[in-house]
Amino acid sequence: MTVTTIPKVPLPLLNKARLRRFFRWLKSPQVILSLIMLAVMFYMVIIPLYRMLITTITFSENDLRYAPGAVVGQFTLFHWLRMLTSKIAVIMTFQPLLHSLTISFGATTLAFVIGGTMAWMVVRTDMPGRKIINILAVVPYIMPSWTIAMAWKVLFNNGTAGGVPGVLMFLTGTAPPDWIAFGPLPIIISSALHYYTFYFLFVSAALMSIDSSLEEAAELAGASRGRILRKITFPLVIPALLSGFIMTFSKTMGTFGGPNVLGVPVSYYTMSTMLRSNTTVLAFGDAFVLAIILILFSMTTVTVNQKIVGTRKSYETIGGRGFMAQKTKLRESKYILTAITVTFQIIIAVLPLLLLIMSTLMLRSGSYSFDNLSLVHWIGESNVNINSGEPGVLLNPAIWKGAWNSIKLALYTAFFTALLGVILGYAIVKGRGTKLGKIVEQLAFVPYVIPGIAFGAVYISMFTKSVGPIPPLYGTFLLLVIVSVAKHIPYSSRSGVSAMLQVGRELEEAAAVAGANAWRRFWRIIFPLTSAGFVSGFLLTFITTMRELSLIILLVTPSTAVLASMTMRYIENGNEQQANAVIILLITIVLIGNFIISRFRGGSLKKGLGA
Amino acid sequence: MSVAIRINNLTKRFGNVTAVNNVSLNIESGSFLTLLGPSGCGKTTLLRCITGLEDPNEGEIFIGDKLVYSSSEGISVPPGERDLGLVFQNYALWPHMKVYKNMTFALETKKMTPEEMDKRVKDSLAEVKMSGYEDRYPREMSGGQQQRIALARMLAYRPGVFLMDEPLSNLDARLRMDMRIELKRLHHVTGATTVYVTHDQVEALTMSTSIAIMKEGVIQQLDTPDKVYHFPATLFVADFIGNPKVNLLNGTVDEAGKVNLGSFNVSTNTYNTKGKVVMAVRPEDIAISASPVPEGIEFTAYSVLPAGADSSIIAHRDDIELTIREMGTSTIKMDEKIWLKFNPEAVNLYDEKSGNLITQ
Repeated sequence: MTVTTIPKVPLPLLNKARLRRFFRWLKSPQVILSLIMLAVMFYMVIIPLYRMLITTITFSENDLRYAPGAVVGQFTLFHWLRMLTSKIAVIMTFQPLLHSLTISFGATTLAFVIGGTMAWMVVRTDMPGRKIINILAVVPYIMPSWTIAMAWKVLFNNGTAGGVPGVLMFLTGTAPPDWIAFGPLPIIISSALHYYTFYFLFVSAALMSIDSSLEEAAELAGASRGRILRKITFPLVIPALLSGFIMTFSKTMGTFGGPNVLGVPVSYYTMSTMLRSNTTVLAFGDAFVLAIILILFSMTTVTVNQKIVGTRKSYETIGGRGFMAQKTKLRESKYILTAITVTFQIIIAVLPLLLLIMSTLMLRSGSYSFDNLSLVHWIGESNVNINSGEPGVLLNPAIWKGAWNSIKLALYTAFFTALLGVILGYAIVKGRGTKLGKIVEQLAFVPYVIPGIAFGAVYISMFTKSVGPIPPLYGTFLLLVIVSVAKHIPYSSRSGVSAMLQVGRELEEAAAVAGANAWRRFWRIIFPLTSAGFVSGFLLTFITTMRELSLIILLVTPSTAVLASMTMRYIENGNEQQANAVIILLITIVLIGNFIISRFRGGSLKKGLGA
Repeated sequence: MSVAIRINNLTKRFGNVTAVNNVSLNIESGSFLTLLGPSGCGKTTLLRCITGLEDPNEGEIFIGDKLVYSSSEGISVPPGERDLGLVFQNYALWPHMKVYKNMTFALETKKMTPEEMDKRVKDSLAEVKMSGYEDRYPREMSGGQQQRIALARMLAYRPGVFLMDEPLSNLDARLRMDMRIELKRLHHVTGATTVYVTHDQVEALTMSTSIAIMKEGVIQQLDTPDKVYHFPATLFVADFIGNPKVNLLNGTVDEAGKVNLGSFNVSTNTYNTKGKVVMAVRPEDIAISASPVPEGIEFTAYSVLPAGADSSIIAHRDDIELTIREMGTSTIKMDEKIWLKFNPEAVNLYDEKSGNLITQ
């Protein structure tokens, strides 16, 4: 237990007692850790954000190409005017924004319908097979978010934008229409099928936590079933619905994979893909304007949500307490419903994988007949006519390096995230009720409102040049670790706090009275008691980092490429089968990791899915 | 007698709430002092300030001769260096350590040989009658056993002062009784200065050598249990201590020195007071009779509550209600007439305005 009082600041008089008190305050572990965390988060979040803002209002060397009369280092509104008011503003900013909003709303709504309905059926009806539905619901989320998009392309590609003709075209001989093959509709569907898990988990947890006596009380008071649903049940799950909405919305706003696979080929740009194409031509000023707009949108959504829902509820999963709920009887139709649901789930979980695997087994792309089967994309030697001369995936040193990079990145990120989580948890819980604790807690929340791709963009601005003693980190592997750890801070601090709250205050106090100093208390009492959370947090971060794309796509270079970014590179080079093989490899690693999680101390993926 | 703990003008605020308000207190060596009061009265905060788990805003604390806290000097010695032990309400045994580890945790830093540690653990476990439990994890024991281990853990490092924060309130009634016996015995054997926090007056009355009754951060009375019970310094103390509750009656002291309670008078030692007073009389200090007695005041038995060893009788007369305690099972019937006599020696008078005991 820390022995602290916050001195009254500012100090009107510097006497000995005040100084002693101040130094004692400064020496307490909670304060030391809080200050370190503040410094870390300042460096990892606040300064990069500030630098990004500065970049948008300053001329850089790269701007000389297209900004006549630019003086490097001079203040300018050039980028803002160009992106918001010039002739190209519509194409550069407003169209992508509209597209992003369309996709976000579309995907969020669709995910809500699918996930919400499924949750209601599982929790509130007597439908059989709830266990299997619960398990299957998590599967699409384990896979990278753009898996379904890639599989979609295998199935529906109509050749409009080049590339390999899809299975459907091969079988029927006619090309599917453009609106099915590319653009908003497939992006929305493929995203929704990935993100519906959020809704499913949020809503079912919320429905489970509703004490059915609340509904029974209303029923006894003479309310009709419809009225109960409207006036009691629905308001009670609104926080959960909004949480699911916010999570899906901000994730899809910043998502890169799907729009890149299914949008870019037909020049259907979203904010994320437009941001990327600006950074590839080194137009950082323009790119960062887009990033800032994206961040503002995300912040607004989260703020509005918190205003409506109230403090922080949106950010916490509602703990299911498992009341005995009254179940709606479905009679015979329940078996049909189960069959439909499970079939649907299997299709979206398994079919994409089958399609992807199938495409990798075809020697010539676009031909899906048995005589075309081959393992050349997996274990073939280098051949100039196949995949730009690159050998099969399993023989390709570049891909093995990418796989190793992915694993390394995930391990480092998981380790540092878990460590930060414990420290932040300690600093926040011990600092409850103090200003310092509050600042730490709020700062830890900031990365939550920054969409993945914008977060990556923030880091370009920070680390292309050296900052003080820190060398330029752009292009280094370390930068990928830093950005991944930083993005995980909100989740790690949350799990750190809940782990810390489970350790009773008295346990540490008892150690303090017994003469243990802060260090000993931490390692002998707090750490052992929170380590279970540390381990499951570690594994979860490992999985999420393995399949993270939006966050790092702007920061990877050929030497630091990871599997996720390699799938994109191969797609962009037109080597789709190779891309598909790489994502299968990635999914395999993720599934193995997930298997380990489920074996480990009962830490289930479902528990930590908020991350 | 020397002073084990000296507290001077201690104040602790939480935001706008003053939990401990300018408290000064000397705790004599070897005494068993209980801080007693309703929840929120500041007793636990005061204890935590002594422990060093909470830093007060103002004042000084000495443990022995050592200044451990001073606001004017800016000194606050960490809890571990104050030479005291604390037993928590919920035991606070470290769940990931066996009993042995729990007990040696504090000893490890004291450069003790393993043999010495072994002996300490054995001796301390024997003192709380838990010998042989070294290899248990806390969750493998009952609540009562865990609390004994918590006590043993404190005994193992031989602190100069024992502090206890409602150590019995998580136990069931039967275990509480047993533990009271053991705690009092422990104090008797070790003679260690003990500061004990509770809201349970029976614990306070049965175990303490002195009781400090607190209300809203202020000590109302610091006295022996006997004095606290028989001569409560304020109406609050009178009302708080005793079960069934003390009878409080508004009255006026007349010219003859009798307390006029409306339709009847009670003669008592009024110390020459005049005017409005509150008369306090404990239920057991009223004699009850089923037939008229000289100077008996007539009441009606409103309700009779026998409880084995004693019975409580609720008596009414006009709008006055009294509780009377009679030993054994009462033969009084409800709605019967009864005659009451007050023991003048046991009646206390309080100033109506200040609520303070009127003394010589």
